[in-house]
Amino acid sequence: MASDGVNLSVRKGEIHCLLGENGAGKTTLMRILYGLYQPDEGEIVLNGNPVHISSPRAALSYHIGMVHQHFRLVPTLSVAENVVLGLDEGTGPFLNYRQTGKKISQIADKYGLVVDPQAKVWQLTVGQQQRVEILKALYREADILIMDEPTSVLTPQEVDQLFSTLRTLVDDGLTIIFITHKLDEVMEISDRVTILRKGKAIATVNTADTNKPQLAELMVGREVVFRLEKNEVNRGEGLLVVDDLHALNDRGLPALRGTSFDLHEGEILGVAGVSGNGQRELAEVLTGLRHASRGHVTLAGEDVTNRSAREIADASVAYVPMERKKMGTVPNMTIRENLILKSYRQRPFSHGMFLDNNAAGENARRAMSEYQIMAPSIDTAVKVLSGGNIQRVVLARELSGDPRLIIAAHPTYGLDVGATEQVRQILLAQRDRGAGVLLISEDLEEVMSMSDRIMVLFGGEVMGIVDAGGAKIEEIGLMMAGERKEGVESASAKVA
Amino acid sequence: MGWESWVISTFARALAYGTPLLLGTLGEIFAERSGVLNLGIEGMMIMGAYSAFVVTYTTGHPWLGILVAAVVGGAFSLIHAFATVTLKANQVVSGLALTMLGLGLSGVLGRSWVGLPLFTTLRNVTVPGLSAIPIIGPGLFTRQNLLVYITMLLVPILWYILFHTRIGITIRAVGEDPAAADSLGVNVDRVRYLCVVVGGVFAGIAGAYLSVAYRPAWTEGMTGGMGWIVIALTIFAFWNPVYGLLGSYLFAALYHLSYRLQTWVSPELLKAMPYVFAIIILIFVSRGTLQKRMGSPAALGVPYTRGEE
Amino acid sequence: MQAPKWLNIERRPIPSGRTIFTVSILAIVAALIVMAIFFAAYGVSPARAYGAILHGALGNWRGFSETLRRMIPLLLCGVGLTVAFRAQFWNIGADGQLLFGAMAATWVALFSGLQGPLVIPVMFLAGFVAGALWGLIPAVLKVKMGINDVITTLMMNYIAMYVALFLIHGPWKGPSVRGYPLTDIFPPAARIPTIGDTHVHWPTLVLGLVLAIVAYIMLNRTRSGFEIKVVGENPHAARFAGMSELKTVVIAMLISGGLAGLAGVGEVAGVQLRLLDPNQISMGYGYTAIIVAWLARKNPLGVIITAFFFGVLMAGGDVIKVNLGLPFQLINVFNGVIMFFLIGSEIFMRYRIALRRA
Repeated sequence: MASDGVNLSVRKGEIHCLLGENGAGKTTLMRILYGLYQPDEGEIVLNGNPVHISSPRAALSYHIGMVHQHFRLVPTLSVAENVVLGLDEGTGPFLNYRQTGKKISQIADKYGLVVDPQAKVWQLTVGQQQRVEILKALYREADILIMDEPTSVLTPQEVDQLFSTLRTLVDDGLTIIFITHKLDEVMEISDRVTILRKGKAIATVNTADTNKPQLAELMVGREVVFRLEKNEVNRGEGLLVVDDLHALNDRGLPALRGTSFDLHEGEILGVAGVSGNGQRELAEVLTGLRHASRGHVTLAGEDVTNRSAREIADASVAYVPMERKKMGTVPNMTIRENLILKSYRQRPFSHGMFLDNNAAGENARRAMSEYQIMAPSIDTAVKVLSGGNIQRVVLARELSGDPRLIIAAHPTYGLDVGATEQVRQILLAQRDRGAGVLLISEDLEEVMSMSDRIMVLFGGEVMGIVDAGGAKIEEIGLMMAGERKEGVESASAKVA
Repeated sequence: MGWESWVISTFARALAYGTPLLLGTLGEIFAERSGVLNLGIEGMMIMGAYSAFVVTYTTGHPWLGILVAAVVGGAFSLIHAFATVTLKANQVVSGLALTMLGLGLSGVLGRSWVGLPLFTTLRNVTVPGLSAIPIIGPGLFTRQNLLVYITMLLVPILWYILFHTRIGITIRAVGEDPAAADSLGVNVDRVRYLCVVVGGVFAGIAGAYLSVAYRPAWTEGMTGGMGWIVIALTIFAFWNPVYGLLGSYLFAALYHLSYRLQTWVSPELLKAMPYVFAIIILIFVSRGTLQKRMGSPAALGVPYTRGEE
Repeated sequence: MQAPKWLNIERRPIPSGRTIFTVSILAIVAALIVMAIFFAAYGVSPARAYGAILHGALGNWRGFSETLRRMIPLLLCGVGLTVAFRAQFWNIGADGQLLFGAMAATWVALFSGLQGPLVIPVMFLAGFVAGALWGLIPAVLKVKMGINDVITTLMMNYIAMYVALFLIHGPWKGPSVRGYPLTDIFPPAARIPTIGDTHVHWPTLVLGLVLAIVAYIMLNRTRSGFEIKVVGENPHAARFAGMSELKTVVIAMLISGGLAGLAGVGEVAGVQLRLLDPNQISMGYGYTAIIVAWLARKNPLGVIITAFFFGVLMAGGDVIKVNLGLPFQLINVFNGVIMFFLIGSEIFMRYRIALRRA
């Protein structure tokens, strides 16, 4: 249930924030408002009238506009062309460039959104592209604007510009719904804020009447965190040292801005944080799948920065990726083949250039029984397996060979209760064996109960590292929402 | 005055041979701009040539033949559109299958029509006034059939449609980023169907031109690989109708001159030029910003399914 | 795809081997039925036409030799294409790679000065290398620069054709052929032995059969084959597993182009015995081989069967032309029709379609 009996009321002419961590239900709610999803129950009331929003076009007809987190712009077209795309205005098939350009400039000037209507979108900065997205909505006379995590791609200066734009819009009578997980922003820009947790709307408060710790507490809750039965941590030697790591994401924006931490043998270091704050890029840099532009990664004393994926795998590093089907396995190939995906070059799986299918078969049978992979045979294609079984295949493969370092990204995502339990036990067993485990997860409970230490990533930086034993969930919530732990310096303040 | 008549005849021949190339290229530009690769042009062209010949021969009305050819080409391309857009089948295979089908079908059906003479062809027209301009006049505007002039006029019209109208923006968006267009309420499938059919119609007319005007006759396989040249010319044109005009006429001129230029350049190597240039251009526009400025539509060749991100 | 309300369309998770086989057979049968309609339209009874094809292509030695002759290049090209297709590389350029193999063999035969028993093996080697290199270029362009493989291989077919035309019209025109665009006939040392007075150049056939088995072993039992399959199925996972996409695709295309090159050697040194008009040499084998490879479900051993099947078809086309007066182009129609039925059958394999019970 993504949204469970959510009641949201927004006043005209206000900036209303929706605050929550991943999976809290913010995006689902907004998609319903924009006509991308249909609610099973409940109703939407607009200006006193109940409405049915069946598609984005319908939403636009109700003057609801949305600025997505990932822009829906066509890079090779100009600003004016993008603004006009999809519109069925009454002006016929011909595009009067001058008229459109003038109208765009009018709107832009009115709200202080500086942009050249003739410029091609690919030439614009991200901040400017976002302005085009806003212009698109304004051109269609939206008076309710939904913004989905708009600052995730902006520089601090651009954030300031955005906020001043939003204030101008509101002064003109627009209403803005602003989805975020960053407390700074909530406090700075909103009039009221609704906190969502696990699909429910927990509370709606006036921003002026609250503060960050309170919001953080509402965001993550106060309930007793479910504690796993686990052995005492037996922290061994230093295994992994990450120093001042910088990396870009797929869109060319900085994803890691000076991440530094260390990990020891025999412990689980949990990485908490709302997704999109650099976790994925961190995992990829550490496994050789992404280039680090600055900084160092040291594994057992050896500098492995920017080594290839194969070299890092050979250095006994295991990676359980979040995208099981897209990256972790070859879904069309069999269990037997997937299990030797990384080790096929070594004996006993190959002799010279020939593969030994029998050895692979032996290996598969053993793995299936050891990890309880449920499948008709070792030659079943991976893509017909359930999520839990696919993950078992990935684990069986990655953990064979007793790796020193295990990077597990969202390992229980989408799994049923039994599989989740099993995966957690496996990881704990690895930690008891002496491996170092970096556990990235959006499930805060999971991070808190499984980790020995917890690190929080926000905006590509480490907000703080705490011992799991004494950590309080509100403390972690605060860090997840952008508040640095006392004593932790900003990495970007350290100028090289 | 020798070189003048040489230039004039080159212009004239370039126009004559370049027109079917241009027609085919214009159609393929539209199809590819919407993201669909149509390798079936050769098949559509020859079916157009065949049907135009048959209709013209039996009715004596060449324009009727051209019309029927357009419909036949469009019908063929409808198959391609259905297979690739609705069934999301592989565009390469569908196109090749249509070419084989078109070649085979026209060869089979056209057997009894081979060698029949066609007396009613398109009349030649001379443009008053413009034909008096020295050199260019006699070269470009004298005694060409009407279809040549219509094709020339189509170029600025299609250019305008593609770059300055709402439908043009929609087409280009669908070819670049169908997901973005879809999220804005554009019916991606419908746009692609339209563009593929336009491509087929134009290919049919191009074929008709060959059998009714250029060389009024029917022979099996008379398109002689023109469809493949069109694919190369589409790239050479950077998917822009205006460059398409330049490329088509340029290639036609070179083709005509290839025998005269024999002493300097082998005619065969000259004829290979469009293909070589196409590859060079693809390499040229594969880098970063050039790709965005002038490169191929980003979604070319990829079937679109909503929700696959 | 929006399904109409009265149809229930659900995705099949993975088609069983039996389903694949059945659906392929159905596609062939459907195409044969369509052809039967054409025969009838020409006033020839389908039974008689198919009878003539079978008898002509299989029933007598002359016809069977023609079948084998057609099968050889289809087999070699088809096997090569299965390797390329497994790496998800759309090699439409087998015709061009074949031509380059033919040109290389011609050079060895007529212009290299080589004599004696070495000539034939060297021709094969040169042909393989030439075809492989011609296939290498589009491979590198795709992996390094993201350039569409379909378009580059297609363009290179025509470039190869014009290079061959240039050679036979110009520097390689045989002094003994009085102005025709042909090279001289190959000296005896450069002619691949044939069976009797047929066109069946059996060493190439044997080579093809052996290479089909080798390709099968390679794909299923070697490291390179494993890498090709992984890179083709899921390039992300391949990267994750530390495989080099470039190296893998290059290997696949070297093999694919090389095999097509071998086919070219066979055509020019086994059948035509000289280099002539490219269309006479490649005869669209490269395109037909696409169907051959696809029908064999990208399995090199299956290609042996499908290449034979299409060999029968092409030989049959000659038969119906000569004996029944039906146009040879019907074969092209058949090819087109069967490709469409194969496309359609892919849909049937991916989705289970049933009438929805209200």
